[in-house]
Amino acid sequence: MVQSKKERIRFENVSMQFQTAIGALDVVHDMSFSVNEGDFVSLVGPSGCGKTTLLNMAAGFIKPTRGAVTLDGKTIEGPGPDRGVMFQEYGVFPWLTVEQNIAFGLNLKASRRLGVREKKAIVEQYLELMGLTDFRKAFPKTLSGGMRQRLALARTYAVHPDFVLMDEPFGALDAQTRSAMHDLLLKVLHAEGKTVLLITHSVEEAVYLSNKVLIISARPSRIREVVDIPFPYPRDHALLETPEFNALRSRIHKSVMLEYAAQEAQAKTKVAI
Amino acid sequence: METKLAHKNTSRVVNVGWIIFPFACLIAFWMLLRVSGLINPSLLPSPWEVAQTFWIRLTQGKLLIDIVMSVQRVIIGLLLGMVVAVPVGFLIGWYRPVRRFVDPLVNFFRALPPIALIPLVIVYLGIGEMAKVVILFYASFFAAVIVMYEGMMQISPVYIRVARTLGATDLEIFLKVMMPMSVPHMLTALRVALGVAWATLVAAELVAAQQGLGAMIQNASAFFDLRSIYLGIICIGVLALLMDVALRQLSKRLVSWQDKSGA
Repeated sequence: MVQSKKERIRFENVSMQFQTAIGALDVVHDMSFSVNEGDFVSLVGPSGCGKTTLLNMAAGFIKPTRGAVTLDGKTIEGPGPDRGVMFQEYGVFPWLTVEQNIAFGLNLKASRRLGVREKKAIVEQYLELMGLTDFRKAFPKTLSGGMRQRLALARTYAVHPDFVLMDEPFGALDAQTRSAMHDLLLKVLHAEGKTVLLITHSVEEAVYLSNKVLIISARPSRIREVVDIPFPYPRDHALLETPEFNALRSRIHKSVMLEYAAQEAQAKTKVAI
Repeated sequence: METKLAHKNTSRVVNVGWIIFPFACLIAFWMLLRVSGLINPSLLPSPWEVAQTFWIRLTQGKLLIDIVMSVQRVIIGLLLGMVVAVPVGFLIGWYRPVRRFVDPLVNFFRALPPIALIPLVIVYLGIGEMAKVVILFYASFFAAVIVMYEGMMQISPVYIRVARTLGATDLEIFLKVMMPMSVPHMLTALRVALGVAWATLVAAELVAAQQGLGAMIQNASAFFDLRSIYLGIICIGVLALLMDVALRQLSKRLVSWQDKSGA
C-alpha cells in the first residue's frame, strides 16, 4: 500500500440525532475521520452504538443532523453505483436466479454503456470467482447462507463500485464459512483494489482484513481510537497464529470491551430512570 | 431410474386418491342418511337422482347456459376488480398520505357485505347484466385491494436499498423490484377475491336473474324441485373449487422462487 493516498470519503464533524418517543437521542457525536483510496477501514464498537448509522450516511441513505459526509470533496446526496453496499441480511433478490441477481445492476440504465457481450463476460467472471457457476439457474431459496453471501458480493462487485460498504456481512455465517469468505474477500480486493468500509463486531475479523481499525465509543458514537494495522497484504491464515497479530487483537479487544461496559452501564441507568 | 419413475407414478395415484377419498366419504354419508330413514326421502334426493337431473339438464342445454352465465359474470367482475385493485393497492402501499386518507374508507366499505348493496343496485341499475357486474366488481375490488396493500407494506425495504446502491432509478425500482415482489400478493388477492365473488354472485342471482346457477336454484325452489337445488349447489361448489385449483397451479408456476418456509 502506497503512502500519501488520496482522501476519498470524509466525515466532517458529523452528528446524528434521532427523534424518539422519549425525546432526542444522540447517536453520533461530532465525529471526524476519512477513508483514503485503497483503504480497508473497519469500525468496531458495542452494538447499538451507531455504526450502521455511519455506514448509512456514507451510502447516502440518511444525512447527518450536523456536519457533512463528503465524497471527493462533494457532499453525498444519495446512494449510487459508485458505492456498493453489502447488507447484513444479504438482500439477494429471491425472484431472480443466481445469474440474474449478478446481472441485475448491469441491466440498469446506470450501466447502459456496457455491451451485451461485456455484461455476459462480467456475469461469467463473478460466477466463476464466487464458485457459483453450477448454481447459475438456481433460485436463492435453495442456496446456503455462505452462497447467498457470495452472491450478494458478486452482485455488488459486478457494477464495479469504487467503494464497498459492508454492514456486518459475515454475522450470520458459521466460523468456517466466515473464514473462507474473509479469504475470498481479500483475494477479490487484491485483484481489484477497492476501498472498503466494514462494520463488524469481531475484532479478529477487523484486524485480519483491515489496514485501519476505528474503535467506536458507546453511544453517542465518537472515535475512541484509531489503530493502524501494520501487516502487509496479501494476508493468509498464518497471520492469525503470529504473536504480533494476537497482541494487537487483544489490545483492541480490551478497548472494545470497555466501551461495551460503558454501553451496558448506560442502558442500566436508563432503566433506573 | 425406472424405480424412481414407478415411485413417482404410485405417489401420484396416492395423491389423486387422497383428493377423491373425502368426497367419496361425503357421498357415502349422504346415501347412508337417505337409507337410514332419519330424513323423509322426499326431502332428500339420492345422489343418483341428482346425477340423473344433471344429465337431463345438461342434455337439454339449459345447465350449460346457467354455468356459462355464472362463470362469465364472476370472471368479468373479478378481472375488473383486480385491474383497479392492483394499481390502487400500489398507491396505498407506496404513499403514506394516500394510505392515511384511504385506509378508513377502505375498511368501511370492506366491512360492508356486498350483498347488502344488492337492493340498492337493483334500484339504480335494474336486474340486467350491468347490475351484477357492478356488484361483483365492488366485492372483488375491496377484497383484493386490502390484500394487495398489506402485502406491499410487508415488502422488505432492503431490496429497494440494494437496487438504489446498484444505481436503479425510481422507475426501475418500480418495474424491477416492486412489480416482481408484488406478484405473490396479486395472486393471493385474486384467490381471496374469487371466493368473495362467488359468494356474492350466487346471492345476486338468487335475488335478480333469469339465468345462472343462483337463478336456477331460485326457480327450482319455487317448484319444490329439490334435485335441481342440490344440483345447483354442487355445481357452484365444484366450479369454485376448480377455479381455485387452477389459480393455485398458476401460483406454483409464477412464484416458484418463493421460500415457503419463510425467511
